[in-house]
Amino acid sequence: MNISEMTALETAEMIKAKKISVKEAVNNVIDNIKKNDNKINAYITVTEENALKDAETIQKKIDSGEETGLFAGVPFAIKDNICTKGIRTSCASKMLENFTPIYDATVVRRIKNSDAISIGKLNMDEFGMGGSTETSYFGVVRNPCDTQRVSGGSSGGAAAAVASDEALFALASDTGGSIRQPCSFCGVSGIVPTYGAVSRYGLIAFASSLDRIGAIGRDIKDCAAVLSVIGGYDTNDPTSVKNTSLDFSQCYDGNIKDLKIGIPENYIGFITDTEVKKKITETIKIFSSLGAETEFFTLPLSEYAVAAYYVISCAEASSELSRYDGIRYGYRSERAGNISDIFVNSRSEAFGEEVKRRIMLGSFVLSKGHYDDYYKKASQVRTMIKAEFEKAFEKYDIILAPAAPTTAYKIGENISDPLKMYLGDICTVSVSLAGNPAAVIPCGMANALPVGVQLIGRAFDEKNIVKTAHAFQINTDFHKAGKGVV
Amino acid sequence: MTDEKTIAYLEELSKFRLNENEKEKFKDELGRIIEYIGKLNKLDTKGIEPLSHPFIYTSSLREDTIQSSSEREDILKNAHDNKDGCFKVLRTVE
Repeated sequence: MNISEMTALETAEMIKAKKISVKEAVNNVIDNIKKNDNKINAYITVTEENALKDAETIQKKIDSGEETGLFAGVPFAIKDNICTKGIRTSCASKMLENFTPIYDATVVRRIKNSDAISIGKLNMDEFGMGGSTETSYFGVVRNPCDTQRVSGGSSGGAAAAVASDEALFALASDTGGSIRQPCSFCGVSGIVPTYGAVSRYGLIAFASSLDRIGAIGRDIKDCAAVLSVIGGYDTNDPTSVKNTSLDFSQCYDGNIKDLKIGIPENYIGFITDTEVKKKITETIKIFSSLGAETEFFTLPLSEYAVAAYYVISCAEASSELSRYDGIRYGYRSERAGNISDIFVNSRSEAFGEEVKRRIMLGSFVLSKGHYDDYYKKASQVRTMIKAEFEKAFEKYDIILAPAAPTTAYKIGENISDPLKMYLGDICTVSVSLAGNPAAVIPCGMANALPVGVQLIGRAFDEKNIVKTAHAFQINTDFHKAGKGVV
Repeated sequence: MTDEKTIAYLEELSKFRLNENEKEKFKDELGRIIEYIGKLNKLDTKGIEPLSHPFIYTSSLREDTIQSSSEREDILKNAHDNKDGCFKVLRTVE
């Protein structure tokens, strides 16, 4: 069997059964990186030496009959805003180009405890601010399906790496759609859990009340398995929640006959590409044919979600990123005559344009005379949006929506118009404001590019999402067909 | 369009300076973005509580006990400059 065609869980089984060695699995991924990543640019740092050393350790464990974790020997990678002890974590910014964390994020510690093997750190938009990875200090990530196009963002490196067999799964983060939209663009599966279900300790903050860590993989089962490993309460993150259940073992019977799926009609209206619209419509029909009850309704407040999201996320970002002062860590300007120069010159020289734009917008909405009109207003609208979702979930088990209005666009096509870029987040930001869990799974190709569908669940009900996505994937081949061809 | 005074004020609040190119671009772009987010004012939010966090669970707080922290030497490794176990900065008082 070809390693490149297996999921992470299948690979783990093969390794456990000694049908392939850990080294083979790791080398397969490293070879793909060497072959393709000069074209894709999914990685910022590849830790080949460490990976091969870890491969030996895990193989010894297996050979000696010692008990091993769920992902024993499976090569994976980590978005570069999640701290890794001793491995540079740059946030794709000049500011953190030379920053090496002294501790592992909780999710990294937990996934390593499952004996998975880290291959390296993945490219992204600078500090997660962007929807195309074009704001990365380390260059754009190219879409494996068409290298003239973007991979989406901000987790573009994570989605592209999984799509091009440069990692079997990835840990990534989602603030306004950063897992969901790149999964749609690259034809892979991803899940962002309920806010609080997974610890954020060690995730470098962009906007704390919106930032979430989730997983990207080849199918939903891999993503769910990753969540079950990384999720749960953590004393180091007081916003993480006790008593969450991320055991998905009962979600795989393929039966969704008792599920009610609501489709917000206005979200179909957000789609600007007719081919994408066609795919989403066909997907709804597939869910009906699998026995789920489907019904259209509307979420009228989503019209205001982009505005509320940018006010709140930029406000939080302006505060979160005030920690970069050139003193304790991060870039320091050489042109400094006094302490104030250190702050101002370091920040002027090391933040990219999009980061500056968002910090300034955040400073504006928090400034005297504007706070009530913008920040407070947006936070009230957030309450209303959350209530609108809660009401919808009284009636539906799942809300189905597109993940993006288009397929992957050409590199350079939107980057010069920031407002147009922000409006591209229309399908994902409402869920970010409400904090509900959501998955994106491939549902076909439009103009030879992957399309993803978004499945949104009730708060702390990741299970119904996984169940629904899994039923779709055992009855279709889209998650296999979307695989990148470089 | 954002005027130069506002841009200068936001630079001050944000603790960085824009170059001339960025300044020109931001004047127009920030103006358009601020106009767009102004659409929120079409909604009546009277009496609605603002939401700053999707879910708040005070039960998630841990016991207040002393725990080990990172080593001073390790922390200083990421700093540009250090002296006698402390972060070193330029003179702050003339």
